[in-house]
Amino acid sequence: MAVASDVPKESFRLSMLIYDTRYRSITIQIFVLILFGLFLAWLLNNTAVNLATRGKEFNFGFLWQRAGYDIGQAIIPYTNDSSHFRALLVGLVNTLVVAILGCILATILGVIIGVLRLSKNWLVGRLMTVYVEVFRNVPLLLWILLSYVILSEATPQPRDFRVTDEMAAAGEAPAASMMLFDTVAVTNRGTNVPAPLFDVSLGSVNLLGITLNLTILAYIAVIAGSVWINRLILAGARAQQEATGDRPVTWWKSILVLFGPVIALSLALGLHLEVPELRGFNFQGGILVAHSFTALLIALTLYTAAFIAEIVRAGILAISKGQSEAAFALGLRPGRTMNLIILPQALRVIIPPLISQYLNLTKNTSLGIAVSYLDLRGTLGGITLNQTGRELECMLLMMLIYLTISLIISALMNLYNTSVQIKVR
Amino acid sequence: MANASYVRDQMLPPQAPPVSEAGVVKWLRENLFSGWFNTILTLVGVVVIYWLVVSALPWWLNSVWNAESLSQCREIVAATAGEGATGACWAMIRERWHQFIFGFYPPELWWRPVMAFGLLFAAMAPVLFAGQKKNLTLILGAVGLFLLVTLGLAGAPMGGWIASLVLVGGLIALVQVMPGRLLWFTAIYPALCFWLLWGGSVWTPIVAMLGFVVMGGAYLALVGRLGPTASALIGVFLAVFWWLFLDIPITTALASMIGGGLDQVDSDQFGGFLLAITIGVTAITFSLPIGILLALGRQSDMLIVKTLCVGFIEFIRGVPLITLLFTASLLLQYFLPPGTNFDIILRVIILVTLFAAAYLAEVIRGGLAALPRGQYEAADALGLDYWRAQRLIILPQALKISIPAIVSTFIGLFKDTTLVAFVGLMDPLKGVTQIVRADIDWKGIYWEPYIFVGAIFFVICFGMSRYSMYLERKLKTDHR
Repeated sequence: MAVASDVPKESFRLSMLIYDTRYRSITIQIFVLILFGLFLAWLLNNTAVNLATRGKEFNFGFLWQRAGYDIGQAIIPYTNDSSHFRALLVGLVNTLVVAILGCILATILGVIIGVLRLSKNWLVGRLMTVYVEVFRNVPLLLWILLSYVILSEATPQPRDFRVTDEMAAAGEAPAASMMLFDTVAVTNRGTNVPAPLFDVSLGSVNLLGITLNLTILAYIAVIAGSVWINRLILAGARAQQEATGDRPVTWWKSILVLFGPVIALSLALGLHLEVPELRGFNFQGGILVAHSFTALLIALTLYTAAFIAEIVRAGILAISKGQSEAAFALGLRPGRTMNLIILPQALRVIIPPLISQYLNLTKNTSLGIAVSYLDLRGTLGGITLNQTGRELECMLLMMLIYLTISLIISALMNLYNTSVQIKVR
Repeated sequence: MANASYVRDQMLPPQAPPVSEAGVVKWLRENLFSGWFNTILTLVGVVVIYWLVVSALPWWLNSVWNAESLSQCREIVAATAGEGATGACWAMIRERWHQFIFGFYPPELWWRPVMAFGLLFAAMAPVLFAGQKKNLTLILGAVGLFLLVTLGLAGAPMGGWIASLVLVGGLIALVQVMPGRLLWFTAIYPALCFWLLWGGSVWTPIVAMLGFVVMGGAYLALVGRLGPTASALIGVFLAVFWWLFLDIPITTALASMIGGGLDQVDSDQFGGFLLAITIGVTAITFSLPIGILLALGRQSDMLIVKTLCVGFIEFIRGVPLITLLFTASLLLQYFLPPGTNFDIILRVIILVTLFAAAYLAEVIRGGLAALPRGQYEAADALGLDYWRAQRLIILPQALKISIPAIVSTFIGLFKDTTLVAFVGLMDPLKGVTQIVRADIDWKGIYWEPYIFVGAIFFVICFGMSRYSMYLERKLKTDHR
């Protein structure tokens, strides 16, 4: 009877580095690492040589020099005497404002369109299909340029809003009129919207070099408090429902808690709107929203909404028909079926692709350059870069900032994603 | 019960359903007016459609096709449709269509991009409709017809006209005998296309393609002795050596000995859809293999390879394409050896390719992750090595799963080609439209150019998405 003997111990031979699968992966990795190192060294060497021949050096000192250019939409205080770093911050805030507003609006519009596309209504379903296909298959740049051009060329001039004495006497209407109860004026120079003003100012406080507006802080605190109390009320209602089977009526409490304090604070601070008025050749008062901002926001919203609509539709379709049939069998109305059965399950399918749409939207804000919207790309990667001639530093810094924003968004959304994912027991 | 007065002993004829449950009325009730909410939706939809039609239809109907400027257009509209009427001014497209299509490509050479465009379909056919003799013949026939007409219209010289027809005829004959061999045409098409578009000596593309022959030859000669990985590496090394050191001297020598070539066209004359399609098709072609390699690298067990791939993918996906394009136009001069300067279109293509490859890698990784673990184990159990397992078992299934996402990445890539406007190239959307709108004759025109360009983009992208649906159906093997 043959006895299986141990595999003879082979001594290590050099050829095993290539032919033995145990060692080959190590060989390949070391090889790749060496190649990558050589490539990196080559790049760095080239960069150093190129910088030297151009007489430039690699440092970020230029960020603290005077910028010397104006930025139309500066949400944080900025003048042309501020530093390039300040300009960078203004650009970053502008990027974030468009990105956040765009994400919110695109989500709302996208969910509505996605649900309507699934509606049993033939006409509405077709209309939404047309919307989705048209907006998905045409470049975003077109929507940005088109909305900008329409806003700035097809809108009336400020003087068209004027009512002269003769026109008033003849009872004629001016060529253009303001919208929304005479509070918003869209002219070819921009959109004039009313500005919120306060009679009582809480002032501001300087904390570690950052100026904080106390009024805004007060609003944030009040809203956060209201939301927290509302959650407590709802949790109490749920506890009572689970204990007794009866859910107490909470909607009026919620409305009171959510809106009461904010309204009270506004009354206390004397909130009122400063409506833009035509004085001289232009509108005075209120806030002038540049068309570049509006166009970028509209285009990003409409374009991304088409993608979000498809994601929402796919998510709802992915929930099997059996789930909704089971819900109907339980006697739930269609609306409640959607809220209680379909949406919670569909969210799990929807959220991962939704994250990447948010990331895309954020990155697409850089197309604002097409309409001269001064976002991060326009300030740091545009005017600052051209003025200082520091291409390498500006581009690297800009890429780093965009990368950081992307990573933060995906981290936050992944956190949310894990909270809605199915809990496996 | 015996005196039951009446018992029916035959079936009643079936009655027609009530009016509300049949035909148009039923359809309307079910699809448009099934409840108060649906009725409101329908009414809103009708109002929206009515508003769209009322505001756009007169504009379309009053279109002007013959005019020399926007003001003349408006005069004609006012004269024909009355004061205050709106009308589209398609005369602008009629006068400037060539800039939207060719940019500043010399008019007497338009036949070259047209021919390259026609042959593109001949080159794509064997990939898109592998092994379907009837479809292939149909497409090649259509390409021949297209070239026959358009080359005549574009004023091609007799030589180019005959050469392309003979070429297409030969391909049709080839399909009848050996449909699989049409792929050889696909392989040489890039060189042909490059030569047609940029012109120059006929030897430039031929010698460059010989680099691939060197690579393949070295691989085939060595694979028996050294195994696939080592011989592939040596082949790549030899090919790179060929391109870096031998390509240019050989090309110059051959060109000086045996002349022949086409008029050279500079990259800054490219524009419009010619530019968009050139960048789009090249980037699509090259991003798929790179994307597959990156995805495999990301799924690899080798830590260093995996880390490098993840780093690359996450970096590219984290920054906007615009910043990468600016890298191509501003930063490459820092990263390359002093004095290197190559074509801006090529630089843009490389960056767009890498950008798309990173997105494709993530999409394909999804497909790889969706495969059941058993497939990998089965491939191992059969004793297949890594590359065979990937090629025969894993990738065909993983790619099939990810087709819709791959195609939507391609669509995104094609739409993103418009962004090259920001590095000074003349894309159809911003570059050309800006030039047209800067002309005093057409100042203030905006709907017409954007509708024209948008419609072409829509047709191409929509066509791509429909093709992906066809492919999905064709490759569907489950029986659900």
